[in-house]
Amino acid sequence: MVHGWTNLSSSVDSVFLFIMGISLVLLVGVTGAMVYFAVRYRRSRHPRAENIEGNLPLEIVWTVVPTLLVLAIFWVGWKSFVYMRTVPQDAMLVKVTARMWSWHFTYENGATSEVLKIPVNRPVKLAITSADVLHSLSIPAFRVKEDAVPGRENYLWFQPEVTGSYDLFCTEYCGMGHSAMITKVEVMAEKDFNAWYLEATGKSAPGKAGPDGAKLFAEKGCSACHSIDGSPKVGPTLKGVFGHRMTVLTNGKEREITADEAYLRRSLLDPAADVVKGFPPIMPSQKGVLTDAEIDALVEYLKTLREHEHEREH
Amino acid sequence: METNFYNTPGKHKGILAWVLSTDHKRIGLLYLSCMTAFFLTGMTLGLLMRLELIAPGRTLMAASTYNALFTLHGVIMIFLFIIPGIPAALGNFMLPLQIGAQDVSFPRLNLMSWWFYIIGAAVAITSLFTGGGAPDTGWTFYVPYSIRTGTNVSLAVFGVFLMGISSTLTGLNFVTTIHRLRAPGMSWFRMPLFVWSIYATGWVQLLATPVIAITLLMLMAERFFGIGFFDPAKGGDPILFEHLFWIYSHPAVYIMILPAMGAVSEIIPVFARRTIFGYKAIAFSSLGIALFGYLVWGHHMFTSGMSDEARMIFSLLTFLVAVPSGIKVFNWVASLYKGSIRLDTPFLYIMAFIFLFSIGGLTGLVQGALATNVHVHGTYFIVAHFHYVMFGGTVFAFIAALHYWFPKMSGRMYHEGRARIAALALFIGFNTLYFPMFVLGWQGMPRRYYDYLPHYQPLHVVSTVGSWILATGILLMLYNLFRSLRTGEKAGDNPWGGTTLEWKTSSPPPVENFEKIPEVTTGPYHYQ
Repeated sequence: MVHGWTNLSSSVDSVFLFIMGISLVLLVGVTGAMVYFAVRYRRSRHPRAENIEGNLPLEIVWTVVPTLLVLAIFWVGWKSFVYMRTVPQDAMLVKVTARMWSWHFTYENGATSEVLKIPVNRPVKLAITSADVLHSLSIPAFRVKEDAVPGRENYLWFQPEVTGSYDLFCTEYCGMGHSAMITKVEVMAEKDFNAWYLEATGKSAPGKAGPDGAKLFAEKGCSACHSIDGSPKVGPTLKGVFGHRMTVLTNGKEREITADEAYLRRSLLDPAADVVKGFPPIMPSQKGVLTDAEIDALVEYLKTLREHEHEREH
Repeated sequence: METNFYNTPGKHKGILAWVLSTDHKRIGLLYLSCMTAFFLTGMTLGLLMRLELIAPGRTLMAASTYNALFTLHGVIMIFLFIIPGIPAALGNFMLPLQIGAQDVSFPRLNLMSWWFYIIGAAVAITSLFTGGGAPDTGWTFYVPYSIRTGTNVSLAVFGVFLMGISSTLTGLNFVTTIHRLRAPGMSWFRMPLFVWSIYATGWVQLLATPVIAITLLMLMAERFFGIGFFDPAKGGDPILFEHLFWIYSHPAVYIMILPAMGAVSEIIPVFARRTIFGYKAIAFSSLGIALFGYLVWGHHMFTSGMSDEARMIFSLLTFLVAVPSGIKVFNWVASLYKGSIRLDTPFLYIMAFIFLFSIGGLTGLVQGALATNVHVHGTYFIVAHFHYVMFGGTVFAFIAALHYWFPKMSGRMYHEGRARIAALALFIGFNTLYFPMFVLGWQGMPRRYYDYLPHYQPLHVVSTVGSWILATGILLMLYNLFRSLRTGEKAGDNPWGGTTLEWKTSSPPPVENFEKIPEVTTGPYHYQ
């Protein structure tokens, strides 16, 4: 049987091969008959056509047989799907939050990660939601996919069977950074996973320390559009942004401002209010996405990027 | 010189003789020329996308440009080209001729439909250069992204709304025409199968398009007033938009393919010199597709979070709608049996159609089955699938019909040698471009990706090379037709030996189509 990375792979691939088998027979049959007739009954060889208006038994056969075939395909597809939707009781729960344009995995003990780390040979249930627009979580090697929808929790499950690193894609278009919304699934040996899991818990246990601005900057997807080394990306660089004088568009009118703390805060919560000249007004608002503490931490972090201000061109 | 609708003076002169004409033939050609321009635009956007994808990372353009490109490619190809498509262009020209009428039932409404279409198209195109710039949502306009994005979605959506009015009115016009204006003696089962397909399509246009109109108005209300139909924070639900969108857009798939199937049913008997096999089966399967086509929209949403019961029911209905399409294919092939077949260009395109449409349809089974759908959903597999159905299917049939009816519309014959070379280039280019996408999709390559992981590159390169071959074929095909308008040999009234009524009048036809309305005494494909 087909080699699989999860318990679902072989079942899905069997359905695929079943459909492909039927399809190939039909395709070869239809194309073969068509080409054969076109050659056999070409006008030079067969100058007088026979007018055959139809044949009821034949019509019945090629109505009933395909109907049975597609019902069979429906059945195997559905059976396999029911298995995909029936989560075992002992599945490990990981909560997934998708946002533009990053993935966040939260474990039952409070551990968080930007990479989906899971133990091998244990069923895993992903409870998926979105903080902003539609996304879709896809792990091709595992044959699983489910949309991340704001205001709704969708789920999928699987049991990885081979340790290793696998691609995890966003497959529902979500804007500028859609094709960069990629992370990895690390399927780890039980022992390695447990070691990471316990340690990760300690680090990010709530209340121990405030949020880390630098970490948030990487994790919340800021770095997808903003560099900290002076190079412009989709959005302006944030190198030396604090205290910098810049031209922004406010309601379509240009004005000069100084990027003070209030401005940085406004840029996070209401990015469309003042848009840096020369850049598209596409930044998503972080209102309700980041906590107040996280916004404070980010603003503090942005201030620290200030030292190198003299290197800027303007 | 024989009088025809080109050289008969009307009320207006010059360009006004076209854009103010209520003659269905002139309106059909108006649509055809606009659509050709839009098709070439969409094709250019597609070529640019393929060029960008020849290597991972940035090749030509920024991500935002690429996202706008695939949105425009989709919007142009779907709303400006393939939905009006065969019915508005060839249907307008041929439908009254095929049923022995002087025009459609409502000639002024017909002209107004064209104006809605062209104004809608102009509004949609204006949206590219104004406001926040070209929309970047994909042609599906999914919320919440389409509400948040700063690009000019509202104007583009309004353009699509106007084109929807055009489509609805065209459907209404054609349905009425077929009911009321058939020549004496033309009973329902003596109608050409192209007319049957336009009839089924007309009902879908008439009944499904208002749903997209409502949906797009709701989207605009969301953008301007933030009402919250689709916002969970206000008690709405983004999935509602998906439902509303596909309640129209799935039947729209049949608006696109049914007339193509009609053209195929028209061309096969003429080039096989015999009657069609299973006339009633083909006619009723068109109605069956139109009817069942309403009930399967949920198969676009198998991973959306819709309930598992709904997924099961939509999957079952989806498989049932596959059957009438299969019946058509079997009857077409059986129509070749003991025929006397001429392999002219229209027929070559029909053979390509049957092969490519079969691949498109059969790969649809992979997507209809729930377990496999999950894996290929939102990947290149679906991109390949719908290009096989829409391009390999509808557009190949469109091109076949264009060659088939070219002598009737222009009075001249195209150059056969060039046409065959173009057909070969189209066939090879098409498969080189789109077949690798099935493999990429099965390997997990997501659609609408500006950038991709390096291991997907080899097949992307093959696909991009295919796009060059395909474009060469298309340009040669169009060049051949345009050149033949002037230099082609005089075709005569009935160069193919067709038996339907459009071949019983002169080429090009006179203003009122027939010297005398013909009396119909037999079925449409009556060969002795």
